Amino acid sequence: MANEITLQDSGFLAEVERRSGTPVSACFQCHKCTSGCPIGPDMDFLPSQIMRLVHLGLEGEALESQSIWLCASCEACTTRCPMEIDIAAVMDALRILAVERKADIPDSHGKQFNRSFLGSVRHHGRVFEAGMMAAYKLRTGDFTSDLDKVPKMLAKGKLSFLPKRSGNLGELRQVFRRAEKEDQP
Amino acid sequence: MKYAYFPGCSLESTAWDFNMSTRAVCRTLGIELEEIPNWVCCGSTPAHSTSASLAVALPVLNLQKAAAMGRPVLTACASCYARLRTANHQVRSEARECQRAERVTGRPYAGEVDVHHVLDVLVNHFGLEGIRAKVQRQLSGLRVACYYGCLLSRPPEVVAFDNPENPTCMDDLVAALGAEPVRWPYKTECCGASLSITQSSVVGRLGRKLLAMARQAGAQCVVVACPLCQLNLDLRQSDAVKGGAQRGAGCQPALDAADWQSAPPPTPVLYVTQLLGLALGIPAKELGLDALSVSADSLLTHISPLPPGEGHGVREVLCER
Repeated sequence: MANEITLQDSGFLAEVERRSGTPVSACFQCHKCTSGCPIGPDMDFLPSQIMRLVHLGLEGEALESQSIWLCASCEACTTRCPMEIDIAAVMDALRILAVERKADIPDSHGKQFNRSFLGSVRHHGRVFEAGMMAAYKLRTGDFTSDLDKVPKMLAKGKLSFLPKRSGNLGELRQVFRRAEKEDQP
Repeated sequence: MKYAYFPGCSLESTAWDFNMSTRAVCRTLGIELEEIPNWVCCGSTPAHSTSASLAVALPVLNLQKAAAMGRPVLTACASCYARLRTANHQVRSEARECQRAERVTGRPYAGEVDVHHVLDVLVNHFGLEGIRAKVQRQLSGLRVACYYGCLLSRPPEVVAFDNPENPTCMDDLVAALGAEPVRWPYKTECCGASLSITQSSVVGRLGRKLLAMARQAGAQCVVVACPLCQLNLDLRQSDAVKGGAQRGAGCQPALDAADWQSAPPPTPVLYVTQLLGLALGIPAKELGLDALSVSADSLLTHISPLPPGEGHGVREVLCER
């Protein structure tokens, strides 16, 4: 029995191509990206399958996949693609769309980490690791992971409880506000 | 040689030893670093995963400050390096990106400042001949796996100072110090980077794979040029060796029996600037060697002492601590 896929041109492929600035439609499924992906064994959809989901306009499957949040942005796929598709940029575009379109993200750790990290940059100009990790843990409820690292990091001077601030934070916050305006769909 | 120095957030916290050793090595070689005043975070992976405009604007804010200093930028963090270079690439190649960056930052910038990684500066600007001439102590007998990770060599049209699939500049540098760079196939395999926090079991699996391969190739230590590579292989080494039993989203078990037979022994993971600093005769304390989770002292037992009169080996350098 063949699986039937109903093609719906929702404009998803065009939107992903516009955002990533790369020709996803040129993918001919050679699987070179997948062969070299270090995270492949952990993914639900492999990188080449993500490209296919985008071709088929299967927005839900693409935006709700774990893979887009497991991608480590190592750029191996982008470097090797024979059609010069910037696959890592496609993953970026899909993560951005997943948040923007309020997709049902199966594991929100990646999203919450990004929020916590950029929140720290917005407030201090630089990442304040202890504050960023506290925000991340509050958002995910994941309080126990990596606690065993804290004593060692403190002993080695790798974790501080005081933020290092950059000057001119007013200007930086304006930059964040203007970027948000630019990002509005 | 004068550069506008962009340390980046990691070099102020988890990678302070990379900062210290980069500054010490540059000072010794006469490479002048002036820190970019009021630099801000480059945005790293969270920015390019969240906002296309912010991912360019944050690096551009720093590049505008460097432009005012009239010097090219030197950075040591591979992620900062990739973000600054990517922003340059985008504003140089696309007028729309350039205009958007100007709207967001409030100032024009068209990619006029060049950005270099410290490894590029050491090997290609300063040159290996010059470094060889400055070596005080040959690191003879030390077998090193040079680990480049992702962002120093990929994607080549953006970063481009070495071969993306088989980079060799760090191997050449290590060889110039008298050490032996081993041949190994995972030079540019990913360590999992910022999945360190969100998917630590994946990082455990990758770390174990990398460390086991480095050991199998005969290396006694791994040398890196990226704060995340260092953290994932050093601070997280105990998890990696155990197989990393932490959470992961439906991941495969981290311990993959097909990849290796037994767990690799503790393996020191040094910044390339720390190793270079040792060879230049800089005291270990001034290179932040005590910041390593897996102590570099273990190298001592593996290195045969040099015959008297042939300079000092790593053993003598480390014994000064």
